[in-house]
Amino acid sequence: MIATDPLLLYQFGNVPTPPQAWIVRWLWLIPALPIFSSGIISLLKQPRRKLASGLSIGSLSISLLLSLVAFAHVVREWAGGFPIRETVGFTWIHFGTSAIDLGWVLDPLAAIMLVMVSFVGLLIFIYSVGYMAHDENFTRFFCFLSLFAGAMLGVVISNSLLLLFMCWEIVGLTSYLLIGFWYQKPSAAAAARKAFVTTRIGDVLFLLGIVWLFSQTGTLLLYNHGVGSLEGLALVNLLTSHAGLGLSAAGAIGLLIFAGAVGKSGQLPLHVWLPDAMEGPTPVSALIHAATMVAAGVFLIARVYPLMQIGAAPGGTTASLTVVTWIGTATAVFAALIAVAQNDIKRILAYSTISQLGYMMAGLGLGGVAVGMFHLITHAFFKALLFLGAGSVIHGCHEEQDIRRMGGLRVDMPLTFATYAIGMLALCGVPIFAGFWSKDGILEAAHHSTAIKGPFYLLIFGALLTAFYMTRQVCYVFFGYWRGHGTAHESPRVMTIPLVILALFAAGLGFIGTPAWPWFQAFLENRMAPLSLHGFAEPGLGMLMLTSSLVVFLGLGLGWRLYGNKSPKPEAPDALEQSAPWMWAPLRDRLYVDEFYRATFIALYAWLARIADWFDRRIWGGIVSMVVWLFDLWAKLNRALDVYWVDGSFDKTCEELSNSGGLLARVQDGRVQDYLRILAVAVIALAGILIWSSRP
Amino acid sequence: MNAVFYLLAAITIAGGVAAVMLKHLIHSALAVTVAFAGIALLFLQLDAQFVGFAQILVYIGAVAILIVFAILLTHGADLPREGVFSKSWLAGLIIAAGVFAVIGWAVLESIDAVPQRNAVFEVSVQKIGNALVGRYVLPLEIVGLLLTAATIGAVIVAMHEKERPR
Amino acid sequence: MTAFPSPLVGYLLVAAVLFAIGLAGALIRRNAIIVLIGIELMLNSANLNLIAFWRFGPHPEALTGMMFAIFSIAVAAAEAAVGLGLVISIYRHTNTAELDKINRLKG
Repeated sequence: MIATDPLLLYQFGNVPTPPQAWIVRWLWLIPALPIFSSGIISLLKQPRRKLASGLSIGSLSISLLLSLVAFAHVVREWAGGFPIRETVGFTWIHFGTSAIDLGWVLDPLAAIMLVMVSFVGLLIFIYSVGYMAHDENFTRFFCFLSLFAGAMLGVVISNSLLLLFMCWEIVGLTSYLLIGFWYQKPSAAAAARKAFVTTRIGDVLFLLGIVWLFSQTGTLLLYNHGVGSLEGLALVNLLTSHAGLGLSAAGAIGLLIFAGAVGKSGQLPLHVWLPDAMEGPTPVSALIHAATMVAAGVFLIARVYPLMQIGAAPGGTTASLTVVTWIGTATAVFAALIAVAQNDIKRILAYSTISQLGYMMAGLGLGGVAVGMFHLITHAFFKALLFLGAGSVIHGCHEEQDIRRMGGLRVDMPLTFATYAIGMLALCGVPIFAGFWSKDGILEAAHHSTAIKGPFYLLIFGALLTAFYMTRQVCYVFFGYWRGHGTAHESPRVMTIPLVILALFAAGLGFIGTPAWPWFQAFLENRMAPLSLHGFAEPGLGMLMLTSSLVVFLGLGLGWRLYGNKSPKPEAPDALEQSAPWMWAPLRDRLYVDEFYRATFIALYAWLARIADWFDRRIWGGIVSMVVWLFDLWAKLNRALDVYWVDGSFDKTCEELSNSGGLLARVQDGRVQDYLRILAVAVIALAGILIWSSRP
Repeated sequence: MNAVFYLLAAITIAGGVAAVMLKHLIHSALAVTVAFAGIALLFLQLDAQFVGFAQILVYIGAVAILIVFAILLTHGADLPREGVFSKSWLAGLIIAAGVFAVIGWAVLESIDAVPQRNAVFEVSVQKIGNALVGRYVLPLEIVGLLLTAATIGAVIVAMHEKERPR
Repeated sequence: MTAFPSPLVGYLLVAAVLFAIGLAGALIRRNAIIVLIGIELMLNSANLNLIAFWRFGPHPEALTGMMFAIFSIAVAAAEAAVGLGLVISIYRHTNTAELDKINRLKG
């Protein structure tokens, strides 16, 4: 075995460099297969449901298999102490002496994301077969879903910021297409447009960052054997060049790239599209707006983390990471507050997603890649679970989405209830479940941070709110008595089996990142992960875990007290509204962010559009009209010249000629004697001349 | 210059004037005959006997008769209503006077160079005949042709047209 | 009576007068036959000129003047015949021999 295994051979010094494993060379298949199947589905003449769903699920399954192989490969590398990051690059465009390279990379970060995206995606694809069974645009749905999955996987493995950006944009496009899937509904079309435009704002700044990075370092490849833009010399270069406002180029570029993440991950100024994106079908909300696409922003920051982190003194932090932290924290609290007062089951989950994304960003800023990514992975599973569960609830309640018209569903939909409960507990951060470990990681990092102080308390408050609003939602939906119309029924197996699988993960995934065995963090940071309970003995850790658990239970208790088994009538005001109406109204109205935007930016833009329109019609249109008028005048002048002068003179000449001809014709009167007279006169004249001229 | 010349000149000129001025066409024809005769006598005085007699034969013997016949055939005896002179007779007179003036001027201008041979050259008919078939044979032939054509032409022009079938 | 420098001059002047008279006749009178008479007078005056120059000019032995006059007489006769024939024909068609009435060849 030693003689044949290339990696072992390398370790024992028998070959100079390890040859690249086939999986690394063929890594591009993982995103390519779903995109390819999407292309095939789009070319189908008639909608063919079985073929479409079969192609999508089949291609994603193969991608999942390949992702697992890749994951196993990276684990083996990690365990064996080999270089864990392998890249494949190729040149795309040559221009002059420079070139644009594209390529993909396989490292722990990419491997974990690959498995998560393809696995969760596959479960949601299977779920969609049941959920969209009654929809007539089934085929189109799977076409877009496949395209999305391929593009997201492309974002994950991309080694070049340009390739990442291209896949990023395709992800945005498919998000638009899927949010506006039922485009006949005006609200859905508007929501799709809003999502696209809002994320576009972030994307523009992202693109600026990419361009700046390229101009500064000359390459867009992130890792390229030491000459990539996130490695060695380039990074130092970025650090030392100044960009104004006290920032280095690295910091400025980092902030610009973060702007892209703000748009895509729904952070505070650009979060307004996410709640409206719930207009799309529930599997879309689960896949794109809970588990994967919105996580792309977090992933992006994790990817370019060396750029964000360079220049930090030990124990300190950089300007860009500070910004990331504060925006993340603010988003977490802001969204949690709004979630308290919402009545649509999906909207609560949407605001919850925004809040948790804020947590992830705060985790990245305070604790590094591993902390943020751990919460991203666990969140993907339990949020997908919650969304799919909500979809099951909606399906069972005959497309009802208002939680005030539900109730008592733990009796009618027991499996959905059980899985939903597990997801909810995971989200709140109840100990043992996955969310507890990941959220505690963030809180620990916040607590330990010496540079940034405030976020810890805010994040604790956010955890309280999370427990509170989730309890409220669960009480309204599953407890009490049924307030809707018709009867609720459990969903079919094709929908509940993915729920069960996700629930298992939501419960147990946390164990790969506990302090006793921090395998996840070690894997990402390429160090050893010992399994020992001494991990719990870290100073302050026990206190922290206790505090966070207490906060969670406090939230759960408050929620139960207010909402418990009561099921108020749908028209009746909410319990919290009754006790504190001054707080309730702004929270229910989403803290007026949309209205603010409409009054300022949108109004400004509309005003600019009106001015441009006036300009276009009056000024440019006026110039064009004037030119036309001038031409017309010129044409008229020419015509007048032609008619009166040219024709006139010509006609006059002809008339004169004719008249003189007439005059001359009178000479020829047919009278011989007149002719004779003229002859005689001519003779006289000629003879006279002759004689005159011959005189001596 | 002798008196005969003046007499003959006067006869000729009188005949010409009469031919032009007389109202009756027959009178004109007779007057022009007198003019022809006068000219024939002038030829004789110029020692061109053959030409003089030819003049009498041709002009008086043929042309004058021809004119009379034409007058008869065109009912020239009837006088026209509007008068015999045309409306612009004065312009015609002036033009004729102008022509005479020019010719007279030519003569008087070259009066110094006028030839003055006085010797008489005897011309016999034999000489004329020799010249006709000698030096002037070509004009002779052509004149023959001309006379033929004229004769035929005159007949064709003047004869009654046949009724064309309609 | 004045004495001419040469007898030739007298003849030439007579010929000129005759020519003018003939021309006047052709221009003044309305009848076509009078016009032809005038033309004959003009031809005669030209003949007189020719003979006069032959008599008083050099080289009378060449008989040039005489020949010219003879041919002129012949041509004049032919022309008179044709012309009078035309007048007769015109009279037949238009029933008039007056020239100011015959203007169908006008422009």
